[in-house]
Amino acid sequence: MNATGFARMMHLPRQPLVRHVLCALVAAAVLYVVVARLSSYNEYQVGEIAAYVVALVGLSLLTGANGQISLGHGAFMAVGAYTMALLMNHTQTNFILELAAAAGVAAAAGLVLGLPATRLKGPYLAGMTLLFALAVPSIADKWPATFGGDQGLTTTVPTAPGSLSAEEWLAQIQIIGALVVMVLVANLLWSRYGRAFRAVRDDEIAASLAGIHVARTKVTAFAISAGCAGLGGALLALSTGVVNTGEFPLTLSIQLLAAMVLGGTGTLIGMVWGGILLVYLPQWSTSVSSDFNLGSGASAYLATIIFGVVLIVAMIAAPNGIQGGLRWLWGHKPHPGTGGRSAPAPVPVSTGD
Amino acid sequence: MPRRARRRIDGTRVARALIAGSIGLMLGVTLLPATAGAESTPGVTSSTITIGATVPLTGPAAPGYDEIAPAMNAVFDYVNAHGGVDGRKIDYTYLDDGYNPANTATLTRKLVLQDNIFADVGSLGTPTQSAVQGFLNAQKVPQLFIESGCNCWSNPKYPYSLGWQPPYTVDGKILGAYIKANFAGKKIGYLYQDDEFGQDVVKGLDMEIPSSAVVSRQTYDAATLAGPLSNQMAALKAAGAQVVVLATIPAATALAMLPAAVIGYFPQYVVDSVGADPPTVGPLLSSFAQKGGGTPAQVAAAGGLLNGVITTAYFAPESDTTNPWVQAEKNILQQYAPSLYAKSGLDGNTQYGVALAYTFVQALQKAGKNLTRQGLLNAIANDGKSFVTPGFVPLSYSSSVHYGFEGEEVLKLENSAPPAVTPTGSWIGGVAVSPVEVTSPGSGPIHKYTGPTSLPPKSLTSGS
Repeated sequence: MNATGFARMMHLPRQPLVRHVLCALVAAAVLYVVVARLSSYNEYQVGEIAAYVVALVGLSLLTGANGQISLGHGAFMAVGAYTMALLMNHTQTNFILELAAAAGVAAAAGLVLGLPATRLKGPYLAGMTLLFALAVPSIADKWPATFGGDQGLTTTVPTAPGSLSAEEWLAQIQIIGALVVMVLVANLLWSRYGRAFRAVRDDEIAASLAGIHVARTKVTAFAISAGCAGLGGALLALSTGVVNTGEFPLTLSIQLLAAMVLGGTGTLIGMVWGGILLVYLPQWSTSVSSDFNLGSGASAYLATIIFGVVLIVAMIAAPNGIQGGLRWLWGHKPHPGTGGRSAPAPVPVSTGD
Repeated sequence: MPRRARRRIDGTRVARALIAGSIGLMLGVTLLPATAGAESTPGVTSSTITIGATVPLTGPAAPGYDEIAPAMNAVFDYVNAHGGVDGRKIDYTYLDDGYNPANTATLTRKLVLQDNIFADVGSLGTPTQSAVQGFLNAQKVPQLFIESGCNCWSNPKYPYSLGWQPPYTVDGKILGAYIKANFAGKKIGYLYQDDEFGQDVVKGLDMEIPSSAVVSRQTYDAATLAGPLSNQMAALKAAGAQVVVLATIPAATALAMLPAAVIGYFPQYVVDSVGADPPTVGPLLSSFAQKGGGTPAQVAAAGGLLNGVITTAYFAPESDTTNPWVQAEKNILQQYAPSLYAKSGLDGNTQYGVALAYTFVQALQKAGKNLTRQGLLNAIANDGKSFVTPGFVPLSYSSSVHYGFEGEEVLKLENSAPPAVTPTGSWIGGVAVSPVEVTSPGSGPIHKYTGPTSLPPKSLTSGS
């Protein structure tokens, strides 16, 4: 059963835009009620998850729908976070505009990096994005007067309206950000652009014969994906309260990739699982190691070990990630966006350009 | 109807339902909110004081620095074994942030919002602690004795943040003044880490050393430090630098001295105390020499490169075994952190941990029975100068100064000095070559310190 079948079964409207907005509104209402009942620390964590989800959605779109791999999404998060912090420190702009600008600047960086990406594939593309992940922190270190060096730049959470606590307000901003991005990306994937992304992923020659401009499609996917990562980074910067290079190491890019695969490459809801893993897995492993009284040497590396084991187990038990596994539990076929292993997605005859 | 019948005997459906049910149950149990009791002062009960910290236990910054928090815990265990402070036992939780500020931000919120700590004590790092300075101050949680010499901790904007070790600029000024007085007319070269640490040391050096004497300024990037700093050392040699100042972390000190020795370059080294602790740098020199394919003779000689190095100290080094503080530190570690002592012994890091924790215990004692966060800060501001510490000079704390120590002596590492003996071997000791000097990180002058140096209480040295 595909998403349309699911929508029909649940009596949801058939118009994708209406359906996505309706789902997002329900999710927003449920989360609003839930978040209000959480402790401040859990509110903070839910917000962090939402910020990671935004970045993961971008990565899922790039890899799942368009078949490109990026090891540089941590760096795009850094670009968004630094943009946000610079705007906060030097201007009096409304924070929503600042968030939009962060996404825009990261998308522009993605556009520049995406141009050569049209000529590169697989490991070569991964190598180039890896270089970007390594370069960005060095660039920020090079100009400490602008980027604040080691100490970084501070960010402040916009003043909470009414009697809301800072953590609750922050979580609401981040959740709304995540929902807006998910609705936009879901619509994009349902539009002719989404179909073009998948067509290029499945067969570039066939896609170009069908009238799709392959290079332009790949660059577009890369830029949109980078924009999402930038927005995710900017939202995360509100959580951490500071932006410095130490926050965006190479391992972040790799963890994002692993979390995306675990969540379910190509799905959007699966990225929520990915975000939960990124935030909770290190913590669970720490509490496990202290429960079993492991020495500090062993416990220190337990998080990494558990992440690796979970990744291996998940790939064997649920190769389509957590979301794929849940779909199986629900009795559904794998998502059409999962790496092209399922039935080919419909290819539009012409994209009109 | 036939469809229904087929479904009833479908085993996978049952399996699916079971798996889905158990996952739901697991999530439900995990996400149950933790309940926190309401108290007047967070983290303080009639019998306990809960404090926390974030430190690197894994990752590139961990070696050496992962000893500090366990050493602090030894002091708290000692205090708890003697009845605690005002009948309250100190409960210390330190979490691994891997030196990543994003982790620090999350873990510090866990400590404050979930574990309800009274204060954040002994957290490590400039980028990491900068990330939570705003949050901790907004929450009015004391951010005490940050393990970093950044000039940024003493800032009226952040009344709840306090540094402890000397600011890096103080290191630079005192070393610079020594160079100006003792190596006049010689060509000077710098090699420094290109971040706050290195730049703050250089700021201090430049206040004392005339810029005409500096013939070369080399840098390296801590994040990409992977191999020998050959290019930088070759450049210093080519510029004819006779005195080379290193503002380097321990690994970088070794990675600078070894390639210089290979090209026959043996300048007078002046090393910031961050990267000059012999029990830390000595083993690195030998192991890097071995990994680099050195002959056994070269590996054996590598440790000798530290002979003649000029550095600074703000408390008695571990090699000074007759110093009562060194004896007290050894006693506490031996009794209350035996496994740490067996592994690391007394070195710059474990000494640091013991001294820092002992400072905090005195702050608690001064704050008194009715313990509040503001009361603790007041106690440090009013009485910090009279705390008993291993430092050569008293702490500088006041309501406006949030630096700890601002005085150091210049130390020369010499083969003839009594060595520091640790479980990893015997390491070169140091002798003082200057009086203890005091200065602020600003442009103020350097004064000779003539006041007394505090001694540890009898109970500590006797180890009872």
